[in-house]
Amino acid sequence: MREVAVLGVGQTRFGELWNRSFREIGIESGLQALVDAKLASADLGGLFLGNMASGSLIAQEHIAPLILDYAGLAGRHLPAVRVEGGGASGGLALHQGYLAVASGLYDYVVVGGAEKLTDVPDTVGAEIANATADHEWEVVFGATLPALWALVARRHMYLYGTTREDLARVAVHAHEMGSKNPNAHYRNKLTLEQVVGAGPVAEPLGVFDCAPLSDGAAAVVLGPLETARRHTDTPIRIAASQVACDTMALQHRADPTTVGSTVAAARNAFRQARRAPADVRVAEVHDGYTIAALVSLEDLGFVEKGRAGTEFASGRFAVGGSTAVNTSGGLKAQGRPFGAVGVAQVVEVVRQLRGEATGRQVADATLGLTHDLGGTGATSVVHLLERTN
Amino acid sequence: MKAGIVSYGAYVPRYRITPAEIGRVWGSDGESMGEGLNVRRKSVPAPDEDTITISTEALRIALVRGAIDPQQVGAVYVGSESHPYAVKPTATVVAQAVGATPFLTAADFEFACKAGTAAIQTCLGLVGAEMIRYGVAIGTDTSQGAPGDALEYSASAGGAAFVIGQERVICQVRRTLSYTTDTPDFWRREGQKYPSHSGRFTGEPAYFRHVTECARRMMETEGTTPADYAHVVFHQPNGKFPQRVGKQLGFSDAQMRYGLVTPDIGNTYSAAALIGLANVLDRAAPHERILVVGYGSGAGSDAFDLETTDEIASFDRSHGRPVQWYLDSGTEIPYAVYAKFRGKIHMGEH
Amino acid sequence: MSIARFWRETPRRYNLGGSKCTTCGTTYFPPRAVCPVCPVHRQSIEKMIPFQLSGEGEVLSFTIVHEAAEGFELQVPYVLALVKTVEGPVLTGQIVDAAPEAVAIGLKVRATFRKLREEGKAGVIHYGYKFTPADDPSFATSARGPPVPAPAENPPRDRARA
Repeated sequence: MREVAVLGVGQTRFGELWNRSFREIGIESGLQALVDAKLASADLGGLFLGNMASGSLIAQEHIAPLILDYAGLAGRHLPAVRVEGGGASGGLALHQGYLAVASGLYDYVVVGGAEKLTDVPDTVGAEIANATADHEWEVVFGATLPALWALVARRHMYLYGTTREDLARVAVHAHEMGSKNPNAHYRNKLTLEQVVGAGPVAEPLGVFDCAPLSDGAAAVVLGPLETARRHTDTPIRIAASQVACDTMALQHRADPTTVGSTVAAARNAFRQARRAPADVRVAEVHDGYTIAALVSLEDLGFVEKGRAGTEFASGRFAVGGSTAVNTSGGLKAQGRPFGAVGVAQVVEVVRQLRGEATGRQVADATLGLTHDLGGTGATSVVHLLERTN
Repeated sequence: MKAGIVSYGAYVPRYRITPAEIGRVWGSDGESMGEGLNVRRKSVPAPDEDTITISTEALRIALVRGAIDPQQVGAVYVGSESHPYAVKPTATVVAQAVGATPFLTAADFEFACKAGTAAIQTCLGLVGAEMIRYGVAIGTDTSQGAPGDALEYSASAGGAAFVIGQERVICQVRRTLSYTTDTPDFWRREGQKYPSHSGRFTGEPAYFRHVTECARRMMETEGTTPADYAHVVFHQPNGKFPQRVGKQLGFSDAQMRYGLVTPDIGNTYSAAALIGLANVLDRAAPHERILVVGYGSGAGSDAFDLETTDEIASFDRSHGRPVQWYLDSGTEIPYAVYAKFRGKIHMGEH
Repeated sequence: MSIARFWRETPRRYNLGGSKCTTCGTTYFPPRAVCPVCPVHRQSIEKMIPFQLSGEGEVLSFTIVHEAAEGFELQVPYVLALVKTVEGPVLTGQIVDAAPEAVAIGLKVRATFRKLREEGKAGVIHYGYKFTPADDPSFATSARGPPVPAPAENPPRDRARA
């Protein structure tokens, strides 16, 4: 296995991109990443594309060659592979790209993530996203993704005394960071009162506890670390890439407030990188629902179980705290184009590690973490990224 | 006859609406309407309840009370005028949901408000002929009156299930007989959402004539007088008709007391007389004689001369709720919620 | 959802049929082909037997849903819960016939049979389990028992039929 580095990044704006098609946003981010990496198309070995539900959302399957084609690369007959893992599709695609380069079979690959949510009504989009939970034994019985996370929240509040305000602070923070990110779906700030007072979705979660349904795409170029300097002055080494899974349905977890896949992926990632959570200066953590961010911070090992609400309130996860979380605005404010999320998280961390996160730069950022998950955590993906100079 | 009632269960949905609330919407004096009909409240099914779910709840209670292995049930008949499907049986879902499938016969009955009593008669025949060990007869409805129509003040939802068998009979059936004519007092044409009725024609030539003739023939045949019965139960499209017909036949208020449930839950159609009978059986001691006279528009009456046995003293009624609980409890809802629950609001196309 | 896809699950959705590992005794709902907790998990293959849940349980967590899943729009707001059954498996289901403010973690519930969803106005209707509060104080005369008597492992077939 050879070392793998991120050589270039690209990302579209996230949001309601009414006048842009799936293929347009898919190629925009990929071409940006190729330019950023100064990569000749002749050197490209293949494409891995994270996408959750193109068949349901735009009635188009077989999208990896489609994006390759419209990127002008069909004549090169490269391999293109779609990767699906619900909301973790992007991270999962990155893991596949990492394996491809690390194995030596490919030298340079593009890993993209793209989702087009607004070509269906929002109720339909939400219903399609619900299918990342267990359709047969959860959704059929009236569950939605926010309802399932609300079950986690209520249990977390019951066991650990987490408060409504603890949840709300996650959203307030996300919008604070989103206001500094020109690509974010939402750039408005929110107050604690606004979040707590917003209309309920699935109690205790309200409208502002839930990430939006967004269009968007992101891409990175991966290559061998040994030749990375030909492409960039600031190659970012992938110090760990780990995927783990848990039960499909929340109901089958011994403890509904612990996502076992996140615990396992994080443990394996820190072991692979020989680092600890305390070393991480910047982290993009799944906050599709505010409770998901708190649970994830615990399961990733940043705080002990039940303490995330209190620690979040202390400012520890803000810019200037010991680990700055979701400087992009997270899923909550930057947006949630499902398959693009995991890749966009890497784009943000790479920008932080390169020192390019204007207006939200974390000082001395050398090690970063990304964490995305699908459904209620049947799949979790954790990457550790490190500046090499 | 040897075949009789082995067990029973009743179920009434939780929600209630008052005639005053219905009248408020239509600009009528609902309170006097309710007083005239002797209906204080009527039951309303939740949006996730229908004749299939109500029948299943009632039958599950009956099977547990009677400690009956569902696999020993040889027939399930569900009488209703509000089967969820026009074509596809209610009875198959109910049979599957209680674990009685696959070796049994099942069918849906329809005879306005007497489909449930007709199902009991059928089960008595099958059990008496020893073609089956247990037969299940259910009367359930989630009836609707057209908005603003007089029927809307009483049409409600509920169900009762009776298990007919020959072993450990808690209530013996001494005799059953029927009185049937072609009388168009109330109907619903195929594809129509709400039923139609012939106004006051539903009274004398329909309900009163059939119930009276049937009850008289039963007493003549059995050589009984009203005084021989501890309880009498009539079909009860409202709270007033059964009181009047009982009085005409010579029954006292005390004899009619427990069999009359419509004033508190409304007219449950196919279930009305059967829930009344369940309420009587909830309280009956051994060797009490009960006269039941059902009625279904179109038209016919089924009469049953019943007598409780020693078995009823040890019958375990503890599972499920007694009928009295349904008469006393419930959550009142405003007309708007009722309209939403009953599908009276046009929702548009998805 | 296709008809066959729902239909084949009716033994579970109607009657709470789960499975039990004959090696370690752990019970599952819905049924599993292999036991996730047996130390040598492949040894449990083909050693899982049918197991009937009683439908009795208690609320482990709950939420009041305001933005409904498809087909549940008329019931908003409705209560969705994780219900830990007395036999062990946890089920996801609605709590019906209860005011949302009356639902709490620890509430005792029992299974009931309700409509789950309809395939439009002309399509089939799907049925299955939901839950109702079991310890309603006005329900004092009622003992708690299973909604369906658990069938014997080999149900007797000695039916008295002609």
